[in-house]
Amino acid sequence: MTIFKHELKQGRNSLIIWTASVSFLMLVCVLMFPQMKGEMEDVGEMFSSMGSFTQAFGMDQLNFGTLIGFYGIECGNILGLGGAFFAALCAVSMLAKEEKEHTAEFLLTHPVSRGRVVTEKFASIIAQIVFLNLFVLAAAVVSVGLIGEEIPWKEILLLHFAYFLLQVQIAGICFGISAFLRRGSLGIGLGLAALLYFLNLIANISETADFLKYFTPFGYAEASDIIASGGLCGKFVSAGAVFFVMGVTAAYVRYLRKDL
Amino acid sequence: MQIIKTDGLTKYYGKNRGIIDLNLCVEEQEFFGFIGPNGAGKSTTIRTLLGLIKQSGGSAEIYDMDTVKYKRKILKQVGYLPSETAFYPRMRVRELLKFSAGLRRADCGQEAARLCERLRLDTSRFCDELSLGNRKKAAIVCALQHNPELLILDEPTSGLDPLIQREFFEILHERNRKGATVFLSSHVLSEIQRHCTRAAIIREGRMAACGSVETLAGTGAKRITVHGEVHPENLPGVQDLSAGDGSVRFLYTGDMNELLRFLANCHVTDLTVAEPDLEEVFMHYYAEGGNTK
Repeated sequence: MTIFKHELKQGRNSLIIWTASVSFLMLVCVLMFPQMKGEMEDVGEMFSSMGSFTQAFGMDQLNFGTLIGFYGIECGNILGLGGAFFAALCAVSMLAKEEKEHTAEFLLTHPVSRGRVVTEKFASIIAQIVFLNLFVLAAAVVSVGLIGEEIPWKEILLLHFAYFLLQVQIAGICFGISAFLRRGSLGIGLGLAALLYFLNLIANISETADFLKYFTPFGYAEASDIIASGGLCGKFVSAGAVFFVMGVTAAYVRYLRKDL
Repeated sequence: MQIIKTDGLTKYYGKNRGIIDLNLCVEEQEFFGFIGPNGAGKSTTIRTLLGLIKQSGGSAEIYDMDTVKYKRKILKQVGYLPSETAFYPRMRVRELLKFSAGLRRADCGQEAARLCERLRLDTSRFCDELSLGNRKKAAIVCALQHNPELLILDEPTSGLDPLIQREFFEILHERNRKGATVFLSSHVLSEIQRHCTRAAIIREGRMAACGSVETLAGTGAKRITVHGEVHPENLPGVQDLSAGDGSVRFLYTGDMNELLRFLANCHVTDLTVAEPDLEEVFMHYYAEGGNTK
């Protein structure tokens, strides 16, 4: 638990900043809903007639005039992207930073196995993702309560669960990449998260590119599909689980054999 | 009992040489010196012993345990001081010491406090604000606070002022008297000569010599100083020649009778033959074409 606690301490400031930023943006967004609700008939019509753009963001299936429709698109993008960036940044630097900052020599000349280092470091990433998501969920529920709307528990919980899975999957992949890096890694993490986001947008626009949803966690964290179907797409989640397992396994295999 | 034993230990970084066929043996409670210039393979040897890098060939044992298989068990008994110290950002020295003790699942508070007092280290400071010397002190406390049986020290005195260096070696000798084995890697030869009982010289990844410091210092070569009209430049076995003030100084590895015959034909007013110090021996091993055996 020593490394786990140490990593939580090291990442505390970053976690607080990301959690506060995502929660604040979500809160502001939800607080804007009552004002926008009245104007939604025109806006909704406009949003649903923008062709590919409408499809890309799932606005052809969601009604902007309902709280959950608005929440799914606006807040979904904030938590989806914000959470993905946080998970990617946190995970991609987790192993690589020890080499970049030359602290690997200090850490690994203590009687700790490399397996324990990898396990505790990964556990600290998951703990930070859990904290961010619980806090953001609480902020979302409070903000919906503040505007006097009924809380659509099932949809909100499903959406937040999907974004949690998305972040865990991205963290798993980036953690695997981290084991192969020695120096700068943040660009790779951010780039990967952005790439996965855009892959889903492309898959939404073109039916021929639908297979891309197997490769991106944004495929199963699509608010419009989740709200419409009342659940997550099992095929995409399973594909995501495979990528997650591959990432974490690669981290163990590489780090256990790496010259440091 | 042999504390460190390597058998044909070899490490290549791709095609680049790290160490080649290194056979090293350090006995219990020895104060062992490991000498070589930068890039000779000292740190590679240490990093291989500590399991940070995997050897390309040969084997290494510490306390009769294979360094790859029993790495964790070995590291419990080892205190390691790296040549370059790097710590985590936004961490105070006391937190660092506690973290290091936590990784060892040990309570080292008392010993850490004692060491910090002796080395005059302020534990309330942030590690990233420390000077090079103070960072080194923090690393020394991390390496010693759990009372290890084997100390592996890589260039330990770089950055330390002479007073702290003296205190540090006093601590090492105390530990050594209590039974700890000290493996001291350095290119400061006077340090090795003053503190170590045995030493090994590493050259371009290979062991150039190994033995007691006294024996190494007397390995064939003699320091000759001759006053008078003498020009021994072309005499076989003359190295490191310097002239001035009507005298010449050189390191001589050739036949002593040849030297005496040569000097008999010169006008000599004074002659001194002395054992070279370790620095001179070291230069002898490193001189181009120098005898490595």
